[in-house]
Amino acid sequence: MTSANTRQNPAPEASPGQRPKPAPPHGAPVRATGAQSLVRSLEAVGCEVVFGIPGGTILPTYDPLLDSTKVRHVLVRHEQAAGHAATGYAQATGKTGVCMATSGPGATNLVTALADAHMDSVPLVAITGQQSTGQIGTDAFQEADICGITLPVTKHNFLVTDPDEIPRTVAEAFYIASSGRPGPVVVDVPKDVQQLVTSFSWPPEQRLPGYRPVGKPHGKQVREAARLMASAQRPVLYVGGGVVKAEAAEELTKLAERTGIPVVTTLMARGVFPDTHPLHLGMPGMHGTVAAVAAMQRSDLLLALGTRFDDRVTGRLSDFAPEAKVVHADIDPAEISKNRVADVPIVGDCKEVLAELVDAVDTAEAEHGAPDLAPWWNQLGDWRDRFPLGYDWPSDGTLSPEYVIERIGALAGPEAVYTAGVGQHQMWAAQFIGYQRPRSWLNSGGLGTMGYAVPAAMGAKAGAPGRQVWAIDGDGCFQMTNQELATCAIEQLPIKVAVINNGNLGMVRQWQNLFYAERYSHSDLGTHNHRIPDFALLADALGGVGMRCEAASDVDSVIERAMAVDDRPVVIDFVVGKDAQVWPMVASGTGNDEIMAARGIRPLFDDEG
Amino acid sequence: MSRHTLSVLVENVPGVLSRVSGLFSRRSFNIESLAVGPTEHPEISRMTIVVSVEEQPLEQVTKQLNKLINVIKIVELEPESSVQRELLLVKVRADASVRSQVLETVQLFRAKVVDASPEALTIEATGDTDKLDALLRMLEPYGVREMVQSGMVAIGRGARSITATAVR
Repeated sequence: MTSANTRQNPAPEASPGQRPKPAPPHGAPVRATGAQSLVRSLEAVGCEVVFGIPGGTILPTYDPLLDSTKVRHVLVRHEQAAGHAATGYAQATGKTGVCMATSGPGATNLVTALADAHMDSVPLVAITGQQSTGQIGTDAFQEADICGITLPVTKHNFLVTDPDEIPRTVAEAFYIASSGRPGPVVVDVPKDVQQLVTSFSWPPEQRLPGYRPVGKPHGKQVREAARLMASAQRPVLYVGGGVVKAEAAEELTKLAERTGIPVVTTLMARGVFPDTHPLHLGMPGMHGTVAAVAAMQRSDLLLALGTRFDDRVTGRLSDFAPEAKVVHADIDPAEISKNRVADVPIVGDCKEVLAELVDAVDTAEAEHGAPDLAPWWNQLGDWRDRFPLGYDWPSDGTLSPEYVIERIGALAGPEAVYTAGVGQHQMWAAQFIGYQRPRSWLNSGGLGTMGYAVPAAMGAKAGAPGRQVWAIDGDGCFQMTNQELATCAIEQLPIKVAVINNGNLGMVRQWQNLFYAERYSHSDLGTHNHRIPDFALLADALGGVGMRCEAASDVDSVIERAMAVDDRPVVIDFVVGKDAQVWPMVASGTGNDEIMAARGIRPLFDDEG
Repeated sequence: MSRHTLSVLVENVPGVLSRVSGLFSRRSFNIESLAVGPTEHPEISRMTIVVSVEEQPLEQVTKQLNKLINVIKIVELEPESSVQRELLLVKVRADASVRSQVLETVQLFRAKVVDASPEALTIEATGDTDKLDALLRMLEPYGVREMVQSGMVAIGRGARSITATAVR
């Protein structure tokens, strides 16, 4: 077997997590059109790549964009992909992703990607063209009120009505997108505003009197948290995506190792704590490990960091971790006590919170003594031993999807970046790939956007060209956004796509199997029965390399062949059994105590029987 | 559920009203009354929002409001430490046979007549919700032909100003 690392070509990358604060080139005002001012502002704010499609009302801006040597433009095939690519870029690098579209349908096609970035707190700036100011409100051709439409799914949005305001608006948009709890920001620029003559100077003065993100946590709250940690018998570190965004993996490891407290990492946090670490219990939630779910249910102290008590983690809220006191640290005060009341609320950046907690724990333990977590670890070890993650081979001799994903993880290794669509393959990719570093796992957690994987992988590859980027996709998801393989082929973004092709909308089928009396209503896509489309041929047609694998014995060799291709995108059609299911599972609407390790096996209920 | 009066200082920019009202409907909070107007600072507008919610959801809605970039400051005004007023314009049927009785009611509530015709009087009244409700109950027997009411506006008692610290 070849180690993935030897095949890697690690290219130098900018250190992740730089929170851009517009500053660089100072200068006296120069005459420019609004469009030139916009492109120069993007350059000044440090934007390296824009994913977009030109059209009528954004054409003035595309003209100076042609001359920019600092900003690379990637011409995508659908604006939704521009948004997801910008998201993938942002999640892989920690920088702010940028997408661009024309007015009307161009802008509305971005909406799904904006909603996705909003739910997963991704720093994103979307520049959209708009009808000229005189025509706004007249139902003009390709007019859409994109600020109104995106109001509920963005962190903020701007309609620029004065070309003099362009540098300030761009600077503010990037600052808002990347600071505090990150999120998407739309900058809507009417065509005449792009065409008018203005003056450009940088840096502009920012005016955001109502925006004051909190970074530093309150010392008293941190000390109180440490005091609870010093006395808790069954503590758990419940770690979410905020720890990734705060670039606090190192601080987290330090705190966990200092205290010996077990760690669970949510779907958005996979990789921020190494999967191989002995203190790691895995992922909590609907398809989490028994050990992670059980640890939280029996815990007496949850240390929730950069996480939001999502219903997919808590199950039925009233039954969630009933004996636990809650320390909740988040940069967004509105998340604290939203779903579960926090006993100790801490508003702050997780990097600072974790760093201060390490010191506070020293003080608290000097005063109160250190708790003995050995009995707790005995219990945790027992769950972990009795209910490890696993899977059965399909009895009909077909290929196991879990095996395929496990082998990709083993061969591509922890230095690769993995993206996923939404559904069974996403859960298996979260479960069976061993993540060792933050920003190696990108997925659509909050919105659950099918079709995310391919464009996000494209964006990740643009941001981290030295890394291998694997899109683990489903046959349903892949058919939503596979047109971007053409973009990848032409723009030299050689991603790998593993289509886990079970011929069905797999997670829908699983629910129909479990909860709808095996009535498979409209979940068979025909990709098995008719082989329509033929994914391997499709890949060839779109400028990539198509491969197919139907037998376990071929899995490693086809993955290795795919890894050897570095000038074109590769698609492997893994034809897998349709009856594999994602386990463990907490059925929707039930309490986490009812977690099933496999069909009919409920470890926590059996324990108490 | 209890009533709460929120004074919300916002940037005076286009779209800010729909940002605020959209947030309430999106998070399924009911607005009882909303009034917007200028402040002594041209760049700041002030909204007075009355909501009926429990303590915990009130905290949540306040936090969500604070996340809006254009929202500068939120203060809850307690009834006992603030002046809270609404404006009512009501057109009451009042021919010669009852006009003097209607006018007596108007005086009783320190309201005033702002328009008159042979069949009807238009009355203007300000006050808190209870007072205006009481006035309407008194006028109803004569026949209310039309009425319009503003949202509540409120200001804290004493010399302190919530806008003073909001401007830098």
